[in-house]
Amino acid sequence: MLYGLMAEFDNPDTLVAASRRAHQEGYRQLDAYTPFPIEELHEALDIHHTSMPLLVLIGGIVGGVTGYSLEYWVSVVAYPLNIGGRPFHSWPAFIPVTFEMTVLFAAITAVFGMLALNKLPMPYHPVFNAPRFALATRDRFFLCIEAKDRKFDATATRRFLESFGPREVTDVEQ
Amino acid sequence: MSPASPETPTGRPPSAALADPPVIAPGHTFATISDKISAIVLTRGTPLGWFVGFGIAFAFMMLFLMTVTWLLIKGVGIWGINVPVAWGFAIVNFVWWIGIGHAGTLISAILLLLHQRWRMSINRFAEAMTLFAVACAGMFPVLHMGRPWLAYWLFPYPNSMSIWPQFRSPLVWDVFAVSTYATVSALFWFVGLVPDLATLRDRARSTTGRVIYGVLALGWRGSARHWARYEAAYLLLAGLATPLVISVHTVVSFDFAIALVPGWHSTIFPPYFVAGAIYSGFAMVLTLAIPIRAAYGLKDFITDRHLENMAKIMLATGLIVAYGYSMEAFISWYSGNTYERFMYWNRMTGPYWPAFWALIATNIVTPQLLWLKRVRHNIPLLFVISLIVNTGMWLERFVIIVTSLHRDFLPSSWGMYSPTMWDWFTYLGTMGLFVTLLLLFLRFLPMISIFEMRTLLPESKVKE
Repeated sequence: MLYGLMAEFDNPDTLVAASRRAHQEGYRQLDAYTPFPIEELHEALDIHHTSMPLLVLIGGIVGGVTGYSLEYWVSVVAYPLNIGGRPFHSWPAFIPVTFEMTVLFAAITAVFGMLALNKLPMPYHPVFNAPRFALATRDRFFLCIEAKDRKFDATATRRFLESFGPREVTDVEQ
Repeated sequence: MSPASPETPTGRPPSAALADPPVIAPGHTFATISDKISAIVLTRGTPLGWFVGFGIAFAFMMLFLMTVTWLLIKGVGIWGINVPVAWGFAIVNFVWWIGIGHAGTLISAILLLLHQRWRMSINRFAEAMTLFAVACAGMFPVLHMGRPWLAYWLFPYPNSMSIWPQFRSPLVWDVFAVSTYATVSALFWFVGLVPDLATLRDRARSTTGRVIYGVLALGWRGSARHWARYEAAYLLLAGLATPLVISVHTVVSFDFAIALVPGWHSTIFPPYFVAGAIYSGFAMVLTLAIPIRAAYGLKDFITDRHLENMAKIMLATGLIVAYGYSMEAFISWYSGNTYERFMYWNRMTGPYWPAFWALIATNIVTPQLLWLKRVRHNIPLLFVISLIVNTGMWLERFVIIVTSLHRDFLPSSWGMYSPTMWDWFTYLGTMGLFVTLLLLFLRFLPMISIFEMRTLLPESKVKE
């Protein structure tokens, strides 16, 4: 079964031009594969702002609240100790741990949130079937229009991709 | 990253960039960068020097294991510590190692936020250096506890003894700061590695290589949607790591500053500890980068400009440290406090005077040479200065810990401290552990961030 058509480009300029044009033509089920991040692709492929910052903010708040409540509960409720006559709830002394827990939870959310939203780890993906796809992590730039796109047509889409002068356009099997 | 001047990595106008040595040698393409860096791991074969270095480092790591075994059998009495100097080499080395780690985070996080794109060829191994330095640092407080197998008591967890950590203590803050730092550094490092692991997976010729790098790459395929989230996550991590790295050495300085001991109880400690950490860390990056780039022929990527920039950062942070020392001296005089005045006078003229004056010579006087452009461009001399600064920063912690503790308030409780051979073995042993881990890293992982290096090329900028 056909997963999509993959075009291989030499340089990021053509890839961005082709991606933008494909999006304008009405293709929606498509993705570009590049050896390094290319900011222009966000706008060309209409990739909106990610929810990463919000997620990380929530992670940080949860971490901070967890850290402080733990300290409060331990020092006031579970195991109150008189340390040099300081109050059980000596909040200034609780700030360093609160801060560290905020950073820890936020960072863990950033990493695992990014992986989860990207659906990684994903050992198998059809694009790896494209014969020259290994170059996507070296020096080539790929654009794949997927067969499930409503506008997809094996002949017309191939002709569309070929119009940008790619090195080659290949069928990607499922 | 200003699109207006694609050929200037620093974003300055082209005329200024022409005067600067480039951050990457001319003539490279996406393919040559990928091939050159991945070949070190995949195809070039292991140089003989690697085996020699690994053999020596491994021997020292075995020395470390032997020492730790003897320590577990006999207890911390094998070290030179005793009342009043209960914090000898273990804490000196802990602070020294953790300080070294800080340059890695500074390079990868703070310089990223400041758009200093020259960082890209040194951030990967600086981050690795951070991880391994933190691993070495973590050994010392744990071993110093006397019963290291109960180290988990430091963490708050429900236990049958119904006891909990005392959160007003800076030593508990330290547990949280250092463990958070180790975790976040490891995550940051791994996230940065994922796209490069995918490159190795796709370039590996052996099945073992493909499988191992394939598993580690998590199925990364360079999708534009993935890159968008990846970059957001990477930037957020950098934003989180920046205050974190400052907080870690601040908390380490609290271990001293919160105590009432003269010579420790000082508000200058947090800023000057942080500056000192960055200072020693950059010295260590230079100590490592200069031989590595020569051994692996990476002068195209780690250029003289990188070394010069690091020398400049060393000079700047070294001056902050010098300011810290002079403020310590000034305040101990200005406070009018007998104990404070005695402490500083004793540092300069007491039984440990050679350590103090060696500290001034290595840490304050020597780096002043870096004002001269000729010195910053003299690579062997830069290497020697970096070693001297590493020694100086070690002496700083020795002076702070030992001279402050050995003469405290009551003359009846004064004492002397001298390290035993087991102290030296533990210290040298962690160096063996550090170099072993570093050499394994150089052999099996790309030491320079390949995907970030690609973005340094002018053709990576989209022209429309």
